[in-house]
Amino acid sequence: MTRVSMNVDGVVYEDEVESRTLLIHHLRERLGRVGTPIGCDTSNCGACTVLISGESVKSCSVFAVQADGEQITTIQGLADGQGVNGEAVGQWHPVQRAFQQHHGLQCGYCTPGMVLAAVDLLARNASPTEDEVRHGLEGNLCRCTGYQNIVKAVLSAASELRGEGPLPGSFQDSADLTGVGA
Amino acid sequence: MTEQLDAGMVAEQIADADALSSPRRGGELGRGRRRKEDAKLLTGQTNWTDNIVLPGLLHMSVLRSPMAHAKILSVDVSGALEMPGVIAAYSGADLAEVQGSLPCAWPVTPDMVHPDHHPLAVDEVRYVGDGVAVVVARDRYASADALEAIVVEYDELPVVLDMESAISDGTPLVHEDKGTNTCFVWPFAGGEDYDATKAKADVVVKRRFRQQRLLPAAMEPRAVVVAPIAAADDYTVYSATQIPHILRVMLALVTGIPEHRIRVIAPDVGGGFGSKLNVYAEEVLALVVAKKLGRPVKWTESRSEGFQATIHGRDQIQDVEICATQDGKVLGLKVDLLADMGAYLQLVTPGVPILGAFMFPAIYKMDAYSFTCTGVFTNKTPTDAYRGAGRPEATYAIERIMDELAHELGRDPMDLRRQNWIKHEEFPFETVCGLTYDSGNYEAATEKAEAMFGMAALRAEQKARRESRDPIQLGIGISTFTEMCGLAPSRVLGSLSYGAGGWEAAQIRMLPTGKVEVVSGATPHGQGHHTSWSQIVADALGVPFEDVECVTGDTDSSPKGMDTYGSRSLVVGGVAIHRAAAKVIEKARRVAAHLLEAAEGDVEFRSGTFSVKGSPEAKTTIQEVALATFAAHNLPEGMEPTIDADCVYDPENFSFPHGTHLCAVEVDTETGFTKIRKYVCVDDVGKVVNPVIVEGQVHGGLTQGIAQALYEEAIHDAAGNLVTGTMADYLLPTAADLPHFDTGRTETASTTNPLGVKGVGEAGTIASTPAVINAVVDALRPFGVNNIDMPATPERVWRLVQSGGSR
Repeated sequence: MTRVSMNVDGVVYEDEVESRTLLIHHLRERLGRVGTPIGCDTSNCGACTVLISGESVKSCSVFAVQADGEQITTIQGLADGQGVNGEAVGQWHPVQRAFQQHHGLQCGYCTPGMVLAAVDLLARNASPTEDEVRHGLEGNLCRCTGYQNIVKAVLSAASELRGEGPLPGSFQDSADLTGVGA
Repeated sequence: MTEQLDAGMVAEQIADADALSSPRRGGELGRGRRRKEDAKLLTGQTNWTDNIVLPGLLHMSVLRSPMAHAKILSVDVSGALEMPGVIAAYSGADLAEVQGSLPCAWPVTPDMVHPDHHPLAVDEVRYVGDGVAVVVARDRYASADALEAIVVEYDELPVVLDMESAISDGTPLVHEDKGTNTCFVWPFAGGEDYDATKAKADVVVKRRFRQQRLLPAAMEPRAVVVAPIAAADDYTVYSATQIPHILRVMLALVTGIPEHRIRVIAPDVGGGFGSKLNVYAEEVLALVVAKKLGRPVKWTESRSEGFQATIHGRDQIQDVEICATQDGKVLGLKVDLLADMGAYLQLVTPGVPILGAFMFPAIYKMDAYSFTCTGVFTNKTPTDAYRGAGRPEATYAIERIMDELAHELGRDPMDLRRQNWIKHEEFPFETVCGLTYDSGNYEAATEKAEAMFGMAALRAEQKARRESRDPIQLGIGISTFTEMCGLAPSRVLGSLSYGAGGWEAAQIRMLPTGKVEVVSGATPHGQGHHTSWSQIVADALGVPFEDVECVTGDTDSSPKGMDTYGSRSLVVGGVAIHRAAAKVIEKARRVAAHLLEAAEGDVEFRSGTFSVKGSPEAKTTIQEVALATFAAHNLPEGMEPTIDADCVYDPENFSFPHGTHLCAVEVDTETGFTKIRKYVCVDDVGKVVNPVIVEGQVHGGLTQGIAQALYEEAIHDAAGNLVTGTMADYLLPTAADLPHFDTGRTETASTTNPLGVKGVGEAGTIASTPAVINAVVDALRPFGVNNIDMPATPERVWRLVQSGGSR
């Protein structure tokens, strides 16, 4: 067993872990951070993507011991602004908002990974083309949406993060269903 | 009447405040509401089955057969029991008395061969992945480790993997005691005698199409948690299932635990596509093991485990023959089908090709139709319903053979279709299969699709590329599809020997504070039911969308239902809700009349308010009526103090969405690589509750259909191992593999339900596969190609180019 300490969504956790324990299993089974799901066993689907020091990582391809001392942001911590863009506490990240506004999710199982992969993609490339978004998200599989609305959502979030405002949404109802920090 | 709409127009319409209360159908229906489901999904607060942790929870792992066919000589679990953290381990023989046999609810013929299907194999394994033993341990890693300490002795038996071998003489038998690999033969005919009709034909075109085996691959793997209260013989089963209600009944029948002692909860479920429309071995095993141990038990599949142990889809060989006159009139269609059941029958395995039987004639008028399906056992994972379930296979066959007929006759493929399809003024139309299509307008959808596609310019480019012998050839593919949705009228299911009905249940509860609870037996797993149901109820009752809460997926709180599959939720479940709402209004009208001291016949209901004809100031809202009913101080004489209402709705007919899909592909004849250049679809799914959700369903459906055409195939080696056994090997398309879809709609209302809806969950999948393959074949016509097996991989395309079309 090895002692590890990691900051997950703003909380520091110290635990003894087996050296073979995958980060995703540590997050889910030890820390109870079950917002990040598991979709495969070959690092293909990307559902378990988290940010480690701001970079997207498939948490099934990292041992918990490798994350010792790291700053980890999961989908559960993104809205609190722990992640990348210094969002006000409680606000959804623009990528989260864009996914809702453009119907970029259906069953939602790939969504945590897809959102965090998109956050990383936009941190590396503030003005991606549609093609760059499609290739940038190649490591994340979705079985429901056909990706079109995910791509739209990421392009919209990119626009918003550049200060140019979001792209016109697919859903255009006025009421804000999400509230703040929903 | 058909209204022409496209995504852009919908966006304009929902952007326009006036359009929100357009006279079409009030404010909520047809409105692009954001989904209520999204908040928890986007913030990681979702309750997937694998998230559930209970005090004392144990983890179950399943040891699976590495052989496709073998006698089990012995199973020794003693080594596992000595491993740290292991609580129990059982072989199939250990559980033989309690595990029962997994159900098949669709005995398609009286003499169908229906072998026992034990959750854990007892004497013999019949596919790679067949369960042999289980370990139950204190955590996931411990139970997985302990599997390796179980010793199983097998005596290997010969395997049979392909259907044609399986039904030939002297073949190995999957079930020796049954004496045959033929599960059933199901003949069907409609219209005139096929052979007599064929004798009158000028042209006969035959093709063999293969529907390759597919893996449904919902993103959430299957999982089950069983929480027993041993002293009370009471069990709560959490399962990543599409069908909690059916599962409850079946678990009771399989295990003998009384139905009323089992509660099934489908928590948040991450996609299904048919793969969670089943009663699985692990659900039964977790239940019987939890009962034995008196402790909660969880099983979650790993992805590669699921690729073996979760049902597969498709897998048919279709011999299709169409006959026509020289001037292009289709006279008859003959279909001989081999359908791979796999090693056992799952819940509706034999019914899938039978459902398809009615869809081969599709939108075309013809005099004669002959169909035979032979169900075949092989040493592979069982097949069952996968998005479309029989209808994509049928649609592929007819849309492919129509292109081949057009080529044979030297006709434009769209002209030939137009000549033969049912004209919009001919509805309702009884097809050669005996189905009555209530409505449709193939002309309108096609006209619109062709305009969006730019057909003339693409044909000109194709001609130029052909003439210049460009290595990149352009192909254009058409699919003018229809499907049968809204499963299903119970009497029809009965006539097809299905074991249950096709109704759906709904309840609407008016809370004292004016909020509304909607209980539905349709169980969501990503479709956005709660948003759509809220729109239907808000529209009907005139209450705010935000004030409606939906209750689904739990046999305690939504006790009655037939669940979600076959594009039925809106068409059957949504209509049930709509009718329940109408009953609420009628009960409330009686209370309102009493409160307003008016005759019931004088009380009108509009936008949530009851008013008295002729005295507009005398009015009360439905929320006020709900509170007055709750207080019950002053109700009409003899009235029960409730305006809540139930409805169990049994549809009178299927619904028949249709559409025209057009695909242009660029095929690199030097590398064999196919790129989709343009994809246009115009779908007619009738009236629409939420256009953005509908469009999302179309996108996802298209993707799964395109994946069958170009990417996906479950491949077994000669020993029966699934070679494409992980997500690294099975090619699920990524964002980079797919084109932008240009989607449009026409709206021809269904006439058999009051909402005018038809269903949309499967349309894209059903329509897109033949559109893509027709395009690939069209691109390769100059090379003598008139068929290609799916998926049309670069290797297959390249070989066809090299060989001049011979496969």
